[in-house]
Amino acid sequence: MFELLIFFLPASILIIGALIVVFAKNPVHNAMGLVMTLVSLAIIYITLNATFVAMVQMLVYAGAVMTLFLFVIMMIGVDKKEQTSDSIKGQTFLVSGVFLILISLLGYVAVNSEFSWNLWFPAVEYVVEGTPQLIAGTLFTTWIFPFEIISILLIVATAAAIALAYDLKIRNKDA
Amino acid sequence: MSTEFIIALIKANIVLGVLLTNTILLIWFERKLVAGMQSRVGPDRAGPFGILQTVADAIKLMLKEQILPLKADRAMYLLAPIVALVPSFLIFMIIPLGPNLNIEFGGENYIVEFVGADLNVGVLYFLALSSIAVYSVVLAGWSSGSKYPLLGGVRASAQMISYEAAMGLALVPVILYSGSLSLVDIVDSQSGNLSSSIPILNSIVSFIPKWNVFPQFVAFGIFFIAAVAEVNRAPFDLVEAEQELVGGFHTEYSGFRFAMFFLAEYINMFNMCAITATFFLGGWLGPTFENFLPPFLSSIMPIIWLGVKTFSLLFIFVWIRATLPRLRYDQLMELGWKRLIPASLVWLILSAVVLGLREFGLPWS
Repeated sequence: MFELLIFFLPASILIIGALIVVFAKNPVHNAMGLVMTLVSLAIIYITLNATFVAMVQMLVYAGAVMTLFLFVIMMIGVDKKEQTSDSIKGQTFLVSGVFLILISLLGYVAVNSEFSWNLWFPAVEYVVEGTPQLIAGTLFTTWIFPFEIISILLIVATAAAIALAYDLKIRNKDA
Repeated sequence: MSTEFIIALIKANIVLGVLLTNTILLIWFERKLVAGMQSRVGPDRAGPFGILQTVADAIKLMLKEQILPLKADRAMYLLAPIVALVPSFLIFMIIPLGPNLNIEFGGENYIVEFVGADLNVGVLYFLALSSIAVYSVVLAGWSSGSKYPLLGGVRASAQMISYEAAMGLALVPVILYSGSLSLVDIVDSQSGNLSSSIPILNSIVSFIPKWNVFPQFVAFGIFFIAAVAEVNRAPFDLVEAEQELVGGFHTEYSGFRFAMFFLAEYINMFNMCAITATFFLGGWLGPTFENFLPPFLSSIMPIIWLGVKTFSLLFIFVWIRATLPRLRYDQLMELGWKRLIPASLVWLILSAVVLGLREFGLPWS
């Protein structure tokens, strides 16, 4: 009973947040809806014993990325309403078509795999601890090469962004 | 309703009570101290030494009208004070207040943990929640529908993101030394005294407790400066600079909603000092005088030690506020990005190298 409550409360907040992201007209409300989704997702991670992933989710996505989003939204046109008309012809029709196809695909798979309600909360006999030590152990031994490649990629992206934004010619003219 | 759930509920209530009472004491402490430093008397009417002044102020704020500005974004305007207050209470839950205590009650032995929750990702939890606190300032500034709060909000988001980076980087060497992300383990790793392999040096340093502040003094300095900036206190209080921005992000707030921001600021300040004491000053560690004091008193000595350390740091917070003038905005950004972050990176690499040499020896030997 208690587990059910702990699952359904964040799960419903998550879905409400996702709906706010899609339907709210004000960009700041959209951003806050996304924050709501990310934080409730972190709570669900905690219930699955993945505490490290939950905290990184809060720290990186809810903490850093979304604050920067909000910063940009506030700097660029706070009072502008979002454009509501279709920018591509038949946009709404296309999106709802794709949505229906995805939902029916999901339903088909669910029915075919003999989906039953009591499978939702199977009794867990083992406990997987998402401890930092465990994750670090795997990340820095098995996956060390992709990890380092990603860090180089990030540095390249940052350097490229600075090079694009920091126009040397204009800079020299001012000086 | 399991026993664990009831224990968690009791702990949450104790935290709420302690933090609220403590804030009353803290505001009085600050006002009296600043008054003393500026040769004034400070609050002295309500209660002995004016200690009830904050209670009177709180009652006044609760009875005042709460104004909702016409141009405000209603939902966000109401949400912002709550977002400010909740993380500040949650952060206190992970600070260990003392060692585990055995209590015999009704013939059964209970182990009481003097910590809200011992998380194996405690440090990350602290950083995550303090980054959530940024939203309250940003939302309050934006939703008020007025230009001074908006300027305060924009300043706050830039400032808090910048100093969070320095704060996180300053904590990494401490985690390296302690070998754990749990705050309970970090305190445990600081017990005992320093030791050295050189005999003469050993006889000198063996009197000094093994607190992180001694080997990690640079990290301590960076963390403390970043902590002052993170809670938006002078000299980093550009978010609410009175001379430029009226009241900053909470200009449009009144009554109890203003009180919530005020409360959150002081609880955050207290949390920051308690966290600093836990990371660098050995937390609750200290002599318990078991031979001189009755068992009850010696069992609460850890809490008293933590309180003494926390309030010493709070004294420095107030001292800084009364002494230093406010930084200019570009100076603030320069200090954060060009001084603190590079310094903490260099210090991190140095500590990692020293630790590696101590653990594994020279790479060619």
